[in-house]
Amino acid sequence: MTRTNDLILRTATSLLAFILFGFSIYLFFAGHSSPGGGFIGGLMTAAAIVLMYMAYGYDTMEKVIPVNFRMLTPAGLLIAVTTGIGSFIFGQPFLSHTFTYVHLPVLGEMELATAVLFDLGVYLTVVGITMTIILSIAEDR
Amino acid sequence: MLIAVLLPLFITLLIPFVSKFKQKFHTGIFVLLIPLGIFIYFVRYISEDFSPVSASYPWIPSIDISFDFYLDGLSLLFVLLISGIGTLVTLYSIYYLHKSEKLAHFYIYLLMFMTAMLGVVLSDNIYVLYSFWELTSISSFLLIGYWNYREGSRYGAMKSMLITVFGGLSLLGGFILLQLITGTTSIQEMIAQSDVILDSPYLPLILVLVLLGAFTKSAQFPFHIWLPDAMEAPTPVSAYLHSATMVKAGIFLIARFSPIFNAYEWFFIVVSGIGIITLCWASYMAVRQTDLKGILAFSTISQLGMIMAMLGFGTEAAVFAAVFHILNHATFKGSLFMIAGIIDHETGTRDIRKLGGLMTLMPISATLALFGTFSMAGVPLPFLNGFYSKELFFENSLHLDSGNLWLAEFLVQAVPYLAVFGSIFTFVYSMYLLFGTFTGKKNLDELPSKPHEAPLGMLVAPAILIAGVIIIGIFPNLLNENFLAHAALAVSGHEVHEHVHYWHGWDSPAFLMSLTVLALGTLLYVFRDKWTGIYKSIPGALSFNKVYDNLVAGLDRYSSSFTKGYMNGSLRRYMALIISTIFIVTLTVMLGTDGFSFSTDDLAEITAAEILVAAMMIVAAFGTIFPKNNIGVILLLGIAGYGLALLFVFYRAPDLALTQLVVETITVALFLLCFYHLPKLRPIKESKRVKITNLIISFAFGGMMTLVGIAAHSSKWFETISGYFIETSHDLGGGDNVVNVILVDMRGLDTLFEICVLGIAALSIYTMIKLRRNKEER
Repeated sequence: MTRTNDLILRTATSLLAFILFGFSIYLFFAGHSSPGGGFIGGLMTAAAIVLMYMAYGYDTMEKVIPVNFRMLTPAGLLIAVTTGIGSFIFGQPFLSHTFTYVHLPVLGEMELATAVLFDLGVYLTVVGITMTIILSIAEDR
Repeated sequence: MLIAVLLPLFITLLIPFVSKFKQKFHTGIFVLLIPLGIFIYFVRYISEDFSPVSASYPWIPSIDISFDFYLDGLSLLFVLLISGIGTLVTLYSIYYLHKSEKLAHFYIYLLMFMTAMLGVVLSDNIYVLYSFWELTSISSFLLIGYWNYREGSRYGAMKSMLITVFGGLSLLGGFILLQLITGTTSIQEMIAQSDVILDSPYLPLILVLVLLGAFTKSAQFPFHIWLPDAMEAPTPVSAYLHSATMVKAGIFLIARFSPIFNAYEWFFIVVSGIGIITLCWASYMAVRQTDLKGILAFSTISQLGMIMAMLGFGTEAAVFAAVFHILNHATFKGSLFMIAGIIDHETGTRDIRKLGGLMTLMPISATLALFGTFSMAGVPLPFLNGFYSKELFFENSLHLDSGNLWLAEFLVQAVPYLAVFGSIFTFVYSMYLLFGTFTGKKNLDELPSKPHEAPLGMLVAPAILIAGVIIIGIFPNLLNENFLAHAALAVSGHEVHEHVHYWHGWDSPAFLMSLTVLALGTLLYVFRDKWTGIYKSIPGALSFNKVYDNLVAGLDRYSSSFTKGYMNGSLRRYMALIISTIFIVTLTVMLGTDGFSFSTDDLAEITAAEILVAAMMIVAAFGTIFPKNNIGVILLLGIAGYGLALLFVFYRAPDLALTQLVVETITVALFLLCFYHLPKLRPIKESKRVKITNLIISFAFGGMMTLVGIAAHSSKWFETISGYFIETSHDLGGGDNVVNVILVDMRGLDTLFEICVLGIAALSIYTMIKLRRNKEER
């Protein structure tokens, strides 16, 4: 299979991918107070990775991001369930969340919520499943 | 008493171990002790001043079910028949069944049946009675199918199972109704409340259900058809189940419940009517049979019909006669079956056309058969018990009291004639059975094996029964006061003082009827070649076996064609069925509850942009119905999806809009991928066939759902909970994005399982693709 020279695509990707990553991380962290959250953040991250796969190909990407995406799904589910179980330690019902405001030196007043940990589970799961589906279909020739 | 009932069932556990040694000693010898022990246990109760004994053992007390046993005269009669004939049948079977047969199976089924039968006759609790009742059906099924490698055995077992279980379930229905009316599960308490039952509007239904149970079990017309086919069973089984015990379970049931129903005038009409019809039809049909056991089967049916008729008469004398005949029938019919088994065993055939002239070869069997058949025919000789009960039957048929119903009056007129008619045929087949087998021309060449007299052990059991025939024949009042009177008391509810007379005198009408039977019967027997052609036209095609076969085959055929009719494997069809079912059910409910409503009260303003997007989506949606190609459809679906995302934006749902945009993109991409991978062979650009029905269904369903949506919007009964979420999301959840706070905090459990769903989907896609590849590599 002869490949065309996709210099423009690769150059654009190397820039766009970081913007997309950044945007997805913003969406994830902003989720508790503004539109966004684990689900859409995860999808956006997956989109960035898929873009890179499209531009650089399968073999290169395996070196660049040596992550088995299939393992992200159980990892995410584990985190989500663990945050639920964690509330048992404090004698609370399953999946009870709490939050607190702390004053950090640089960032100023910050909200830390256990719900974000749960959202992290969602995030990882979504990245994992999206990548698993797309990659397993793509590998299937 | 519980031990006595359940003993055989527990002994079955030991049979497999005992039968290991069957080469050394026959398993039956071990089994023999059990019915004998039970017989001895119960025979001690026979005495003149017997009074009912009851015992109760809890089973399921919370719903009033316990092993209530009640031993009165009627139960005692049956218990002694079951255990006594059980002993003799076991003895007989030791010689009848060879050691190479599966003895353990046989005796396990037999003992199971014995427990079931003892339970039926001793239970006072209707549900316990029903449980044992079904156990008799099951064990009888197993026994009939004992030689399960034979087609006929399987057919007969299946038939008896279907018919008796049909009756058993009807009986259960009747029992449940009885319990609802009386509030008790005890039969004796129901009898005490019989006026409550007689006043109940459900009485006819109860009577029909209970009688269905009794008639199917006791092989009454037209449910008698299973009994002749049950003759495929080994002969000890036929002798035990199908002459003396199980077929009398229905008789027992009617006798047991007759104190309740006796006062109801339809009881007489139905029970006596069916009984007398059974008597006539079965005795008429018995003459036609060529198989020895076939004759005996129809004979049993007709004798059961006679007992049934007498129970229906309901007078004290008739009840006494019925009880008396139960005993008599068990003695002579049991012995006749055993003799038929001996003949089968010694000659290799039961076909009466091949048999003949066995008198000199098998003199003892012939003598026993002589007494048995003459007693069955009711030949007026003072040493045959069958004669007395037949005479009592005639006597009672003449003294019937008709109620107000014209049908009852008609029946009262008809009964004596029908009784004589049935008895004439009884006489004919009895003579045919005896003389056809033992006299006439010897054709030894046609017989499969050379006939000779049976071993002595095989003859003991029928000899004891025939001894019973003669003893009761010579001393007919021997058991009256201390035994039969108690049984009759239990059935009729009154003291019965009946004395069986040897001689009624020349002018007694019953005796004249007996003489008529004798004369006409002899005449018909002698000239039977002349008239048996009648069987070709009657019953001819009017056979109930054909009805049964057609019913079973037809049910099979129609149910399978019905299933094939709608389960045609087409998903489109199922979809249409599901959608139209939802439509019909929803429409019915909405119309039935007056659920449609329409109100424009709290509708928001519609903006031009919304209209524009909506119009775009509608056009796109309609576009999917008329595709030029599949890519077009996929893209149009994408338009509809993005339109939805736009609407989410208008309705201020940014999270939904974001998610919808991304998900729609992925979906479209996946659709395109699927399209790309579609096999080449399949026609891709197939224009959809426009089916009018599908169109109607979809329009109806869509319209319906629109109406339901409008109705749901127009009738809000509660304030929504959303106010609470908005107020507390910041303070309790620590976030300002209410949607996100709901997703991860307030309703986090839903989200947890949604990501589980996603994980499972990913896993399934992965495995589906990988496993398929592995398969191809192989």
